[in-house]
Amino acid sequence: MSHASPKTVAVSTEPGALAYYLLEFETPDAIRSAARRVNEAGWTRWDTHTPYPIHGLDATMGVRPTVLPVIVFVCGCLGALTGLALQWWANASDPANFKFIPTFLQGYHFLISGKPYFSLPANIPVIFELTILFSAFGAVFGMLGLNFLPDLYNALFNSRRFARVTDDRFFISLDARDPRFDERKTREFAETLGAAVVEDVRHSPWTAPPQWMVHVGVVASIVALVPLALIARSWTAKSPLPRFHIVQDMDNQERYKAQMENPIFADGRATRLPAEGTVAIGELYEDTHYWYGLVDGKPAETMPERVELNEALMERGRKLFDINCSACHGYDGAAYGAIRVRADAIGNVLAVRSFYERSVMEKSVGHLFNTITNGFQTMPAYGHRVSTEDRWAIVAYVRALQRSRSASVDDLTTEERARLR
Amino acid sequence: MASIVGEVDNTMQDPRRRAPLVTGQHDAASITRSVASIAEIPVDQTPLGWYVGFGISATITAILGFAVFWLLFNGVGVWGVNNPAGWGFAIINFVFWVGIGHAGTLISAILFLFRQHWRTAINRFAEAMTIFAVICAGLFPGIHIGRVWLAFYLFPIPNQMAMWPNFRSPLLWDVFAVGTYFTVSLLFWYVGLIPDLATLRDRATNKWRKLIYGALAMGWTGSMRHWHRYERAYLILAALATPLVLSVHSVVSFDFAIAQLPGWHTTIFPPYFVAGAIFSGFGMVVTLAVPARQWCGLKHIITLRHLENMNKVILATGSMVGYAYAMEFFIAWYSGNSYEQFAFINRAMGPYAWAYWTMVSCNVISPQLFWFKAIRTSVPAMFIVSIFVNIGMWFERFVIVITSLTQDFLPSSWDYYTPTAFDWLTLLGSFGLFFTLFLLFCRFLPMVAIAEVKAIMPGAHGAHGHGHGDEHAEHAPAMEAAR
Ligand code: HEC
Repeated sequence: MSHASPKTVAVSTEPGALAYYLLEFETPDAIRSAARRVNEAGWTRWDTHTPYPIHGLDATMGVRPTVLPVIVFVCGCLGALTGLALQWWANASDPANFKFIPTFLQGYHFLISGKPYFSLPANIPVIFELTILFSAFGAVFGMLGLNFLPDLYNALFNSRRFARVTDDRFFISLDARDPRFDERKTREFAETLGAAVVEDVRHSPWTAPPQWMVHVGVVASIVALVPLALIARSWTAKSPLPRFHIVQDMDNQERYKAQMENPIFADGRATRLPAEGTVAIGELYEDTHYWYGLVDGKPAETMPERVELNEALMERGRKLFDINCSACHGYDGAAYGAIRVRADAIGNVLAVRSFYERSVMEKSVGHLFNTITNGFQTMPAYGHRVSTEDRWAIVAYVRALQRSRSASVDDLTTEERARLR
Repeated sequence: MASIVGEVDNTMQDPRRRAPLVTGQHDAASITRSVASIAEIPVDQTPLGWYVGFGISATITAILGFAVFWLLFNGVGVWGVNNPAGWGFAIINFVFWVGIGHAGTLISAILFLFRQHWRTAINRFAEAMTIFAVICAGLFPGIHIGRVWLAFYLFPIPNQMAMWPNFRSPLLWDVFAVGTYFTVSLLFWYVGLIPDLATLRDRATNKWRKLIYGALAMGWTGSMRHWHRYERAYLILAALATPLVLSVHSVVSFDFAIAQLPGWHTTIFPPYFVAGAIFSGFGMVVTLAVPARQWCGLKHIITLRHLENMNKVILATGSMVGYAYAMEFFIAWYSGNSYEQFAFINRAMGPYAWAYWTMVSCNVISPQLFWFKAIRTSVPAMFIVSIFVNIGMWFERFVIVITSLTQDFLPSSWDYYTPTAFDWLTLLGSFGLFFTLFLLFCRFLPMVAIAEVKAIMPGAHGAHGHGHGDEHAEHAPAMEAAR
């Protein structure tokens, strides 16, 4: 390799403008001294290209330290904050404070074994991992971004000689865009730098992609829109069909469900009836007086023994009467409850019966009990929603109400009578 | 360009002379040629051996596919998991594969930070091994959850139920740790590959290769301005990957250590798991490196010294693992906790004693052979020991998962765990997946970091610049880090 007479190759045959002068060197030392001279000559748009990073060459070129570490630091901080905020939001925030946030984004108090919602030690692993992840993204994408990679077009690749840059050769490129660039003077300068070869690299003309590629591209773009269009359609359209049940999850099994027809059994029912005489636990209703209000098949005249008449029972009866009955019968049982009043006002008929009518007054407690349990003519049944014991409490209270309007002085004790006097 | 003349025994330990990292008559061009040509063999000249290996591993991968399909089709009942042992093979394999990956990151990141230049010969394929091992690992938690189609519940994805994962669960930490680990390993690997992909692009003679490698190389021109940021990014990635790799297996160990099960609930788990992971990973690197250097003609780059160094790491980490086993027993005795004591006596003498002693002989005893230089530098011997290490480390996870789960506090709920054929097929299949990916990698990508190896060759940085003479050349950092 001689410093005095570099080989000059013919001008590149590619049409287009001059993009670079490309200088080829064979040793690291040669490129290092050439790089020093280019830098000293005040060039700004130039570069060296090497198969591996040559120790100290960047300093020789006057490359200043990269800002990359700062980018990584900022990304790392963002990662840590994201980790912290995500965990607090998802497991420790109170949705009541963030009503304006749509449900699918809301966090909530996630209670695990009574531990605090937000406990930093348990949150460290995720914070740590996200810090590393974001920093790594910062390092890789920051590096690529600062290097303007991926680079879709670079005129340097028009030089066939340049292929050896990733093998064993070292290159300097002097960019035609540098203010110092002058086609003739720069070439003279380049020839003094001790390069083995000086080549001029020209821009390649724009070559249109082949026609089939255009067709495929257009078709592919249209096809790619179809799923989006279908999603948009089902998002807005209404459909009477049930949803797709993609994952079955054992939801639909081959088996007979209650109320289905089953040809195996003579009666054709899937649900089997209990065997004759079966009594479920707790359902042996032998005490007909208590369970049905019947004594020897006739309405009972007395309260059953199991029901102990006392202040507490009356109080419970009053409460349940107010809840269940007052809407029609009124709080006083005189048949002017809110529904009756309303029915009268709008001209409907609700023939609620007053408890003070003679016919009702004369009814036995067993009959009243049956009325509550099974209803009576237009009066609805309450047996399915008020327990047996509570129904007896209501009966006792109704009886007390009736007594309140038909009591005589004889009903009072001697002391009470004395007080009245 | 200077090169080392003649065949040298580079395993010598003479402090006055630096052992050469590349042996034989080599310069940058021949390094490029010897590595890149492996990835450039035309399809019709692919060696038969590759097809045989690929055929076998692809078949085994198909078995994996069938085993997973059968699992999804029928449910986890096809596995041997039972009531006390709900974790079984899936978690054993998960921990095993994640552990394998750790050696790759150790080689690429930690040895880089410590300026261990010998790593350049093996880091590329150790990193590839990491990625493929993490892929195998990631498969298992995914399929062991039973209803695989709900696997997205693992991630904090906003949904109409406003349902979030429990961030205080080590299982969720695993998702973040393994996910980050995979992503960062992949980025690290890819960044390292960019200059070498550019080499393949520039050497490509056929249009498709030029297009594909060209796209992957992203227009790399070897610009020194680019190298400057590239080296910085690489250094930062190494500095990030180092604590990351330590955290990953620590978090994996939390899956056990955070639980209150005797035999799991111990503070030694994180360091012990990390040491075990590196141990198993290096075992796998040796298992892969021995045939790879043989068949691909890379003996001058992956030299005996590289293998010997790795064997030393195996010896060191194997001893750490042995120490941890002993310490577990000591602490169990010292704690005075009868459940803890039972758990360990049961390991060594209970129904799974066979597994325990397989583990001890493979992990503790076999690497001790590496104290002898003759064994440490004998290729067949180290290959056999490395296989033992792989087996032993798999059994370590078996012992930890199974002995503790099957016999915990309440004797009435004890049971014996027996894996089914589908457990074995899935384990086997994961090896198929691993080797399939690895063979594809060997076939199409540069197995050795070409640019990095060139940078550690004598004379790579010139005679005068920065005062680095040839005699110091290997001393010049491969990727000058602390500038
Ligand atoms: C939806 C309105 C409504 C409610 C609520 C209602 N009733 Fe009645 N009740 C009626 C009507 C209407 C009649 C008149 C039925 C008939 O004679 O056709 C009636 C009649 C009665 C009678 C007299 C029936 C007889 O046996 O002669 C009694 C006693 C009675 N109700 C008690 C109750 C009690 C106790 C409750 C609360 C558990 C109650 N009702 C709740 C509408 C209601």
